[in-house]
Amino acid sequence: MNRAQRGAAGSRGLGTMEVKSKFGAEFRRFSLERSKPGKFEEFYGLLQHVHKIPNVDVLVGYTDIHGDLLPINNDDNYHKAVSTANPLLRIFIQRKEDADYSAFGTDTVSRKKNVLSNVLRPDNHRKKAHVVISMPQDFRPVSSIIDVDILPESHRRVRLYKYGTDKPLGFYIRDGSSVRVTPHGLEKVPGIFISRLVPGGLAQSTGLLAVNDEVLEVNGIEVSGKSLDQVTDMMIANSRNLIVTVRPANQRNNVVRNSRTSGSSGQSTESSLPSSTPNVLGQLQGEEESDEEDIVIEDSGEPQQIPKAAPASESVESLSQIELLHESTQNGFLPSTENLSRSAGSISMECEVAEQGRKSLEEDGTIITL
Amino acid sequence: MRRFLRPGHDPVRERLKRDLFQFNKTVEHGFPHQPSALGYSPFLRLMAIGTRSGAIKLYGAPGVEFMGLHEENNTVMQIHFIPDQCQLVTLLDDNSLHLWSLKQQGGASELREEHRFTLKGPPGSPPSATQVTAVLPHSSREVLYLGTESGSIFVAELPWLRVLEGRTISPEAVLQRIPEDNCNRRSCELVEALQEHPKNPDQILIGYSRGLIVLWDLQSNQATQHFLGSQQLENLYWQRDGSKFISCHYDGSYTQWPVSSDNKQSEPLENTVPYGPFPCKAISKIYWQTTKNGLPYIIFQGGMPRASYGDRHSISVIHGSQQTAFDFTSRVIDFFIIFSSDPAAEFDDPSALVALAEEELVVIDLKSAGWPAVHPPYLASLHCSAITCSHHVSNIPLKLWERIISAGSKQNMHYSSMPWPIDGGTNIAPDPPQRDLLLTGHEDGTVRFWDASGVCLHLLYKLSTVRVFLTDADPNDNMNTLGEDEWPPLRKVGTFDPYSDDPRLGIQKIYLCKYSGYLAVAGTAGQVLVMELNDEDAEHVVDHAEADLLQDQEGYRWKGHEKLKTRDGPVRFEAGFQPFVLVQCQPPAVVTSLALHSEWKLVAFGTSHGFGLFDHQQKRLVFVKCTLHPSDQLALEGPLSRVKSLKKSLRQSFRRIRRSRVSSRKRRGAAGNASEEMELAPVQRKIEARSAEDSFTGFVRTLYFADTFLRDSSRHCPSLWAGTNGGTVYAFCLRVPPAERRMDEPVRAEQAKEIQLMHRAPVVGILVLDGRSTPLPEPLEVAHDLSKSPDMQGSHQLLVVSEEQFKVFTLPKVSSKLKLKLTALEGCRVRKVTVANFGSCKTDDYSENDLAVLTNLGDIQIISLPFLKLQIRYPCIRKEDVSGIASCVFTKYGQGFYLISPSEFERFSLSTKWLVEPRCIVDMPEVTSNNHMHNKSGTENAARKSRGSGKSPGDCEEEDEGKSGRLMEHALLNDEKVLKEIQSTLEGGRGRDHIPTAPRSRTLSIRIQELCRKKFGKKSVRTWTK
Repeated sequence: MNRAQRGAAGSRGLGTMEVKSKFGAEFRRFSLERSKPGKFEEFYGLLQHVHKIPNVDVLVGYTDIHGDLLPINNDDNYHKAVSTANPLLRIFIQRKEDADYSAFGTDTVSRKKNVLSNVLRPDNHRKKAHVVISMPQDFRPVSSIIDVDILPESHRRVRLYKYGTDKPLGFYIRDGSSVRVTPHGLEKVPGIFISRLVPGGLAQSTGLLAVNDEVLEVNGIEVSGKSLDQVTDMMIANSRNLIVTVRPANQRNNVVRNSRTSGSSGQSTESSLPSSTPNVLGQLQGEEESDEEDIVIEDSGEPQQIPKAAPASESVESLSQIELLHESTQNGFLPSTENLSRSAGSISMECEVAEQGRKSLEEDGTIITL
Repeated sequence: MRRFLRPGHDPVRERLKRDLFQFNKTVEHGFPHQPSALGYSPFLRLMAIGTRSGAIKLYGAPGVEFMGLHEENNTVMQIHFIPDQCQLVTLLDDNSLHLWSLKQQGGASELREEHRFTLKGPPGSPPSATQVTAVLPHSSREVLYLGTESGSIFVAELPWLRVLEGRTISPEAVLQRIPEDNCNRRSCELVEALQEHPKNPDQILIGYSRGLIVLWDLQSNQATQHFLGSQQLENLYWQRDGSKFISCHYDGSYTQWPVSSDNKQSEPLENTVPYGPFPCKAISKIYWQTTKNGLPYIIFQGGMPRASYGDRHSISVIHGSQQTAFDFTSRVIDFFIIFSSDPAAEFDDPSALVALAEEELVVIDLKSAGWPAVHPPYLASLHCSAITCSHHVSNIPLKLWERIISAGSKQNMHYSSMPWPIDGGTNIAPDPPQRDLLLTGHEDGTVRFWDASGVCLHLLYKLSTVRVFLTDADPNDNMNTLGEDEWPPLRKVGTFDPYSDDPRLGIQKIYLCKYSGYLAVAGTAGQVLVMELNDEDAEHVVDHAEADLLQDQEGYRWKGHEKLKTRDGPVRFEAGFQPFVLVQCQPPAVVTSLALHSEWKLVAFGTSHGFGLFDHQQKRLVFVKCTLHPSDQLALEGPLSRVKSLKKSLRQSFRRIRRSRVSSRKRRGAAGNASEEMELAPVQRKIEARSAEDSFTGFVRTLYFADTFLRDSSRHCPSLWAGTNGGTVYAFCLRVPPAERRMDEPVRAEQAKEIQLMHRAPVVGILVLDGRSTPLPEPLEVAHDLSKSPDMQGSHQLLVVSEEQFKVFTLPKVSSKLKLKLTALEGCRVRKVTVANFGSCKTDDYSENDLAVLTNLGDIQIISLPFLKLQIRYPCIRKEDVSGIASCVFTKYGQGFYLISPSEFERFSLSTKWLVEPRCIVDMPEVTSNNHMHNKSGTENAARKSRGSGKSPGDCEEEDEGKSGRLMEHALLNDEKVLKEIQSTLEGGRGRDHIPTAPRSRTLSIRIQELCRKKFGKKSVRTWTK
């Protein structure tokens, strides 16, 4: 905090960044050290301090380079805000009690309209021209295109988030053959393809998968060399959080990558350092890890989610490094921090945070059916 | 993905793994699937069986077994041993001939293919010209006579199988000396039989299909005598002294012919139709055996009256006034007679008839009165009723072992006491380390107890559960109730009986407690029997209870089979395992899991509807739990509709496999069409998350008793665990009264926990690990001092194995500790899992417990406990072999069995320490001077033989050297270190002035250059030498 104040008073060097904060009709200007932004709580305190509203609960938002108003409520989106601010970081502060959630929104993701409309609160009946993003606690994971930044443009990694929806996954796969470029020229190789989408299923309703898309990976595992039944089993085993990498049959709708200027989906390029595939791989599993908790009912009483045992020294040995990393964050104060900083696509990322709160509710729902 | 599963590559562990694990397929137990040919060597006393898949198996004394596989995988049509040699020739249905020999290597004999050969005719001749129909290995051991469809007899030189062109016996040459009025060109078509004169090796008897028989002299190259049969010929057999021979015919007759040098054309001595006068079927093979008392044995296959007994598979034995037609339940492939092989003996004096039928081997003792059958020590027909399940128990206490054997011996009274007549070779395998039992459950409600300790899987005892129930068929209905004057005198032999009276009797689950002798057996119609071993016959009432698993579910109707009716009143049981409790599940669905705790005297059973616990001491049902999901109609309605569709789809997939196999092997064009057809309608797979509403989620897959900390960490108590198809685990806390009040107080059970695995995959295994992370011992194991008592101080852990993942939870508070996801990473699912103990082959004092896992892809994986790290993986069963995977059973010491056909178990071993495999020697017996008649050729043979014997070991060595040399070369070039060393020596040699060693190093370098050129091409060599 001191650092920030000093920055506000001091010279505007290369490492500092100007902040313009608006609360009601009042503006405050100060600067932050770009390389050491500190924690969100510190920043929150600083804002309360500079606006002289020490005991008022507020919501913090900022405008990104596209002019979209996005929330700041944790370290990650705070850091994101700081790192993308150019040159000025515009902060908007609202009182919590009269906060207008619908103010947060973006035009850049309108392509995923149908997905989002499933997700948004039913009571949020607005007929506005632009799609609205609600507060993070109202999010939960949804199906999305991910890892746009690290995949070839001809490929698409789709995350079908089955969790919590009643929709069936709803697609079929089949054997087929595709043509690959090899050192010996073109070669016909066996492949797995999407053969049918069930109307009204998750796969169809997201619009992210189509018939004749070639399946290349399932949750980070390449399918080449695997039989149709093996791939089926892998997909079903991962059905709660299925991530399939496909080569779309229709290559015209590919996401064009433009890492610097693209909005939210370009985010991870900056935050995650050279993202090699294994890195992503572990990441995907790590994410999945957190949402697959078994339920135990003691003495026929209330169902409980099974807690994770503290990692004993012996288990450490057996787990892969990435899983380990995950274990530690699970037990840390803020869950999924590590995940988030690496995650691609701001939407799915924010969902991750909210997921924790939702989960127990969801699971209660399933146990009733038992 | 591998790199994530083993982050630290620990060299110590890697070395230990090499000492612990090793995969071998060791023996095939049981009866070869689809046998197609039989051969016997009286000299080696070995029997050979060929199969339709191109395998040949040799059997001698118990434990002496060899196996070979033809590369072509074609049907073996004929097997002939070369007289007085460790060699045999096989003829396949692609008309290729293969020479195999038994060679000693490293102290044990091995069967190897030496040469192969396909007879080729002159260009332009039809393929039938060279289609081999009869093979005669000549006693000179130099040549094979090959009779063909065209009537020509080719002569092939041994052992290289080269045709000696000049010696071919053509039909034209044969016809020269035969009067033309009763013979034409066509009478010499197709050579049906070739037989060497028993006393004169220069004469062979040639039988043509149309009935003409010619005695051919090899020296003068002409026919010395001919015999005109009026009927189509099937086979020939010489009498021992060579003065007569017998021929058998298509019309069911046999004819005796005299042989004399002064008669050009002979008339038959006697022509008989044994089962006439009505038309009879062909006699395809005949033996004529002389005896001291003058009455010959005439033994022949077939010949039954066509109309009334044409469907019988029979071999008839006629000896004086005695006549019996042995009636087999499956087609007879071939048979042979074991008789005195001493050439000096005056009579054949047959001792046994060995018949190979399609589904079993039957040996008849011809020396004992009544011709009883001999109990074979191997080649057991595992499938005499289809195998429905199997259960393995390792390390049986001697007491129980002896009691089972004595119960079994009472069942085998009707067998002959004759020692096993096929006794060639010597078994040099070490004695089996422990007594193991393999129990197989069968469709007809029987359980068979097999001695699975060694190479020979031997039936010890057979248990039938049928007596407990009332079935339509009377078990006393014997098929051997033919009257005195019954004609033909048929006698049923063999045990193969594929017809089940009532499929509900089928055995589905078996559990044997080796310490107490309690056996629990569960079947298709929801029946659970608890039995006790009794050494005496007994008559008693079986206590009967019913377990209604659908208790509070209302309004459902079971559409499957009815429950079995029980017999009222006392039932007589023979010595052995005798049932005393019967629990019948309601609805009577298949029992899918079973557990017995002999110390607590409890038996738990589960079906697709739920599970129950029965106290077999007080004979009281403790509780039942319904696991059924209300929407699961399929499970409620019964298995019928589902079974039908499953059968249909199985049939279709088999058809598809067969079609593709046939098409890929045979015609190319057709194959193309078939595959195109298949591409037109591709198989689709639905991707859908599992849900609680899926069918058969309530199906109880596993039950497990454990004394562990279920409620709190200070008190442990007996518990029962159940896992379902829907990924639910139920844990019940049990209160078993102490022994002194066991009969007075009831056993109580209370549900303590229910775990729902989020991935909802079927739970296939539950296990509790004690404070030292060792699996809890079996009941009574500690009481018998055979296991350390479990650690009850430290915290226990629960291992739940689902089809998709392995997961360890803490106890008593269930929290997940670690897991291994199998399906998500590899796309394979767990089919079978067992804890196995692996001992190190290096040190006696190290052993560890691991999980042996079989996946749906047929891979076997070993996963460490308690850290769940993948140790090693071996491909074991083809993934298409669904029944093989389903039948797999692991032993407690890292071996296993699976069915490779309905009648054969393959034994495999994962352990370096516990390995049961055949190891045997076949020595060439001293050739007694049996060449006394072959004056000329005899000495020639002897000379040749001495040369051969002088040469053959040399050959062997040479070959070995070549082989090891090749191996060395390979190792040398593969080992980078060695290469570097060589390089450094070379450079060193060049750098310093080592003049005295220079020439040597040059030769070395030349050698290395050669090696490297082979390996790397010239370039790298140049860079080296520069």
